[in-house]
Amino acid sequence: MNLELTAGQRQKRSEYRAFAAAEIAPHAGRWDREEKIPAELVGKLREQGYLGSLLSRELGGGRTDMITYGLLTEEVARACSSVRSLLTVHDMVAHAIQRWGSRELKDRYLPSMARGELLGALALSEPNAGSDAKSVETTATEDGDSWVIEGRKKWTTFGQIAGLFLVFAQVTDKPAAFLVERETPGLTVKPLRGITGTRASMLAELFFEGCRIPKGHLVGRVGFGISHVAAAALEQGRYSVAWGSVGIAQACLDACRSYAADRRQFGVPLADHQLVRRMLTDMIVDVRAARLLCLRAGGLRESGDPGAFMETMAAKYFASRVAVRAANDAVQIHGANGISEDYPVNRYLRDAKVMEIIEGSTQIQQITIPLFEFQEF
Amino acid sequence: MDQTQNQAKIKEFLSRFFKNHDLQPEEDIFALGFVNSLLAMQLVAFVEKEFGIQVADEDLDLDNFRSIRAISSLIDRKTGAPA
Repeated sequence: MNLELTAGQRQKRSEYRAFAAAEIAPHAGRWDREEKIPAELVGKLREQGYLGSLLSRELGGGRTDMITYGLLTEEVARACSSVRSLLTVHDMVAHAIQRWGSRELKDRYLPSMARGELLGALALSEPNAGSDAKSVETTATEDGDSWVIEGRKKWTTFGQIAGLFLVFAQVTDKPAAFLVERETPGLTVKPLRGITGTRASMLAELFFEGCRIPKGHLVGRVGFGISHVAAAALEQGRYSVAWGSVGIAQACLDACRSYAADRRQFGVPLADHQLVRRMLTDMIVDVRAARLLCLRAGGLRESGDPGAFMETMAAKYFASRVAVRAANDAVQIHGANGISEDYPVNRYLRDAKVMEIIEGSTQIQQITIPLFEFQEF
Repeated sequence: MDQTQNQAKIKEFLSRFFKNHDLQPEEDIFALGFVNSLLAMQLVAFVEKEFGIQVADEDLDLDNFRSIRAISSLIDRKTGAPA
């Protein structure tokens, strides 16, 4: 597999980097403190075609290739992981609809998602159901030409501003997925604040009380909600989070490069201290290794190779741990400055920790990756 | 590509997951107990890539993936090949 970027991909990376440096990075600390991103930024992302960029051109999307999409995710995350979260969840929902939605659902929702006018959010986790997704307690009951949803969702990223939710519920103990529009009577959205990392990702709790949706809003078939619909969304999410983790680690390296060169202790720059240099070395090599795993996963995903599932999981597992290691060392190199709000590395550490939890925790990956590896004999 | 060739390719793919078992065309792969969600998604990706079809929401039926012959029949229907 050729892991070198094409000229076109390098050009797009430059474009993404310039946009993130101008429109995102200068404000990321404030958005983190305010726990929200402004509507103006969402508009700019929309204008740039960065929302729904994996959707086909026929639907109004840009249909970037998987590698280019990864570069977008990395560059945005390098500036702000919360903004990266918006791209991630929107694309997870769009991908699940494109993959398993009916023709009617695709026609109804994907064009506006491709234009970024309609934002998607994933409503899977609940107070009592996290990694064990099959045990969601939310129910959906058939009633004439409708489904009636009852239950509660938690940790819904960008639930505060999303217009469309991909909701997972039990239909007589069989998991199923549904699309629920924000304005549907019986759905209440409550902001969820005070989280540690990706603080501007505008989490919400969703309450469904007699929430009635059309019969045709079932995505896929009853019984396949987790194994296929959620699996497709989460696989897309893992790919995005893997690249996003590379972005965090690269941001840590960027911050440490200048700090370790400028800051002097014992009469020499920090970078001249061997123990600091060791941390920088680990960071430099880890970022390269994580990026290579992402490139490999992207190549396999682009070609539709069945091996992409394993490689995407491996990339997410490694890259998220790299992000935490890099951010932890970055704070250490910055010393007391590293735990202040005056330097971004404390945000990077908080954001990096989230990467190890979402779209399959580190421990779930540790259980699953060997299953992939040993399922073929 | 005829059904025999298709079935041989499907068997070759599935046999990687069924060690030391000579999988027969009609054998129920779910009953054998080796199919989990990891294999389920890989199987969809394999069928799409290898045979150039798109598995859609209406195809999400365990009976379409229950055996080598069932998968082969699904491919025939999607490609419009004679049964």
